[in-house]
Amino acid sequence: MTAVTESADLDAVKYEVRRKNWFARIRLGRVLTHILLLLMVALWTLPTVGLLVSSLRDKDQLAVSGWWTALSASEALGVTRIGTAAEQVAEAGHFVIRGNLFGSDTNKQLGGFGLSNGEPAATEPGGSMAMKEGGTISVAADGGFEWTSDTEFTHTRGPRIFYLATIAPRFTLDNYYEVLTSNGVWRSFINSFTVTIPATIIPILIAAFAAYALAWMRFPFRGFIVALVVGLLVVPLQMSLIPLLTLYNQLAQLFGAEDGKTYLGIWLAHTAFGLPLAIYLLRNYMVGLPKEIMESARIDGASHFKIFTGMVLPLSFPALASFSIFQFLWVWNDLLVAMVFLGAQQDRLVLTGKLVSLLGSRGNNWEILTAGAFITIVVPLIVFFALQRYFVRGLLAGSVK
Amino acid sequence: MKKEERIVTNLKLTDLSKRYGQVEVLKHINLDIRSGEFMVFVGPSGCGKSTLLRCIAGLEEITGGTLEIDGEVVNDRAPSKRGIAMVFQSYALYPHMSVFDNMAYALKIANAPKDEIESKVAAAAEQLQLTPYLQRLPGQLSGGQRQRVAIGRAIVRDPKVFLFDEPLSNLDAALRVATRIQIAKLHEDLNKTTMIYVTHDQVEAMTLADRICVLRDGRVEQVGTPMDLYERPESLFVASFIGSPQMNLIEGDKAKPFNAHTVGVRSEHMTVSPDGGAWSGTVIHTENLGADSYVYIDMGQEDPVVVRVDGSTKYRSGDAIHFSPLDDKIHRFDADGKPIA
Ligand SMILES: Nc1ncnc2c1ncn2[C@@H]1O[C@H](COP(=O)(O)OP(=O)(O)O)[C@@H](O)[C@H]1O
Ligand SMILES: [Mg+2]
Repeated sequence: MTAVTESADLDAVKYEVRRKNWFARIRLGRVLTHILLLLMVALWTLPTVGLLVSSLRDKDQLAVSGWWTALSASEALGVTRIGTAAEQVAEAGHFVIRGNLFGSDTNKQLGGFGLSNGEPAATEPGGSMAMKEGGTISVAADGGFEWTSDTEFTHTRGPRIFYLATIAPRFTLDNYYEVLTSNGVWRSFINSFTVTIPATIIPILIAAFAAYALAWMRFPFRGFIVALVVGLLVVPLQMSLIPLLTLYNQLAQLFGAEDGKTYLGIWLAHTAFGLPLAIYLLRNYMVGLPKEIMESARIDGASHFKIFTGMVLPLSFPALASFSIFQFLWVWNDLLVAMVFLGAQQDRLVLTGKLVSLLGSRGNNWEILTAGAFITIVVPLIVFFALQRYFVRGLLAGSVK
Repeated sequence: MKKEERIVTNLKLTDLSKRYGQVEVLKHINLDIRSGEFMVFVGPSGCGKSTLLRCIAGLEEITGGTLEIDGEVVNDRAPSKRGIAMVFQSYALYPHMSVFDNMAYALKIANAPKDEIESKVAAAAEQLQLTPYLQRLPGQLSGGQRQRVAIGRAIVRDPKVFLFDEPLSNLDAALRVATRIQIAKLHEDLNKTTMIYVTHDQVEAMTLADRICVLRDGRVEQVGTPMDLYERPESLFVASFIGSPQMNLIEGDKAKPFNAHTVGVRSEHMTVSPDGGAWSGTVIHTENLGADSYVYIDMGQEDPVVVRVDGSTKYRSGDAIHFSPLDDKIHRFDADGKPIA
């Protein structure tokens, strides 16, 4: 009995000690790792969220304030040229011109109005102000104005009214609608897909076969070929652009086409540029698969092709998925190869090219740029989240040992 | 009686050699393995057991000599065409396939009819108590179950020769004994299909084998039944490798009276007395196992001499002790490790 109570006491003491030193038990390394991770997440997420929020904001608000103010009302200065004498109506002996300073915008609230740029809010909403064309103007908080005069208006050029407006936060998909419908972005979107999907699948297919052969088949010069592939990894792409283009053009002439800039051409170019890395990655992965599995399959009578399709491919999913993501991202974000092998005509422009041209032609229209940019990044995001479930550990569980 | 005499040679290795580059791993192996026999290759780690087995399986190319199965030279025949099945040390299950698919794979490759596949797999699963696990993935099985799946995969193929490469070395001690018994039973159940079994554990070899082939540095050291090897080792190496505890080897002056360079005596073939005997020494340790006891004696050699006595022993560490071998149970070896007749 005593032994039991003693050990219980001991536990209590230990617990006491443990509680006192709880901070001492936190491992510095782990904490640092977590902080670093958090930092990286923030570094990645913040700009993306900013872009998303911006692209969803009203374009006027977007122009005047940062995305972090998206939820609070913002103030903006504006000017409207109001109606000429032609719009006046006679009412009970007065002449009146009516309208709204904000046009059809309904999310603005008047802060004040005036006649000059220097004093845009000289008069309170609801107050009235004398006009030099005659009569007085009063503007309500919703922007509706009423300019009344006892004498008939004769001016032919509408005076300018300056105002200060508070804009209530507003989120809208208008920017996306505008970008996708009116700027050819949709067309480029389709073009980008047309380039990217085959340019991802073709190299993977070829590389998987090559990687299997280089990993598991015995033939002369195998080591040399592997070394060659590794060597090709470091060849800069720019070096081969011109020779390739020349080759394409010669081929195009040979077949009587007008130029070498075709989708097939860019697929092959991307395939060629992607293959060394693909073969290298996949071969290294496949070499690491347990030898006994292949041997067992061989004894079971499987041919190389059967071993490849039945064993190696299913077990290489993590490597295939990670390379797909690499290749997809690289092709999707590529501008250089697309410009060289597909050209800059509107009907073949890829999304990155479109973004560049938008930057040039509509560089001030933030709403178009942000929405365009987000459309560009959302596809890689979808691809990533779709493929990430293949990054599973323990695919080989239970096979050996 | 007549049938017994007509033993067909099932496997014949003639002058078989294997080299990796300049390194000769197997050196001129000559061996007959009879039909229905349980043959065990035993030897220390790295002596070439696995390589020999893989040469038989066809997973390694034979670089010299011939391998015959049922009278045909099969040096260049694909593994799947040799009528063999192999159980790997690491199980080598197909991790993405269910237990059923693992066992059915070979038959599917061979385009066997569906109902034949199902009945064969079901029969093998029944035999190995795997029926409840047929739909599981290998990752969801215990070590022993995985090993049984690996064996089941071999059974389903209905091979002429089973090859096992250290199939028990990944199991814990209790499971190892159980699986050993299961393999012995399997040999009975399969009407004595030829089995070739590789192990570095001489206890496994002694308990399972019809005949044992002791390998050393890529050479066959001795082939024989377990009792042959135990009672008539043809070299010092075999004498010390087979048997537990190891045979006592006594050298130098103390071996002189027996006209040998080395005298080997097993621990159960010695008698002890407090006074008078061929040799003497000091007890350094005793182990009482109940039925018998082992006395460890220092007699000025590198390794202590171990003597088995019936029942418990009265000797304690530090006691002086005399002991002698049973005359007809001593093994005498010359300086080259060869037995002296
Ligand atoms: N692929 C190989 N290339 C070169 N040497 C090898 C190869 N495989 C095995 N060896 C060598 O052959 C010898 C025998 O190996 P192995 O048959 O695996 O021994 P074990 O008897 O332990 O099964 C070892 O010395 C090993 O280093
Ligand atoms: Mg081995």
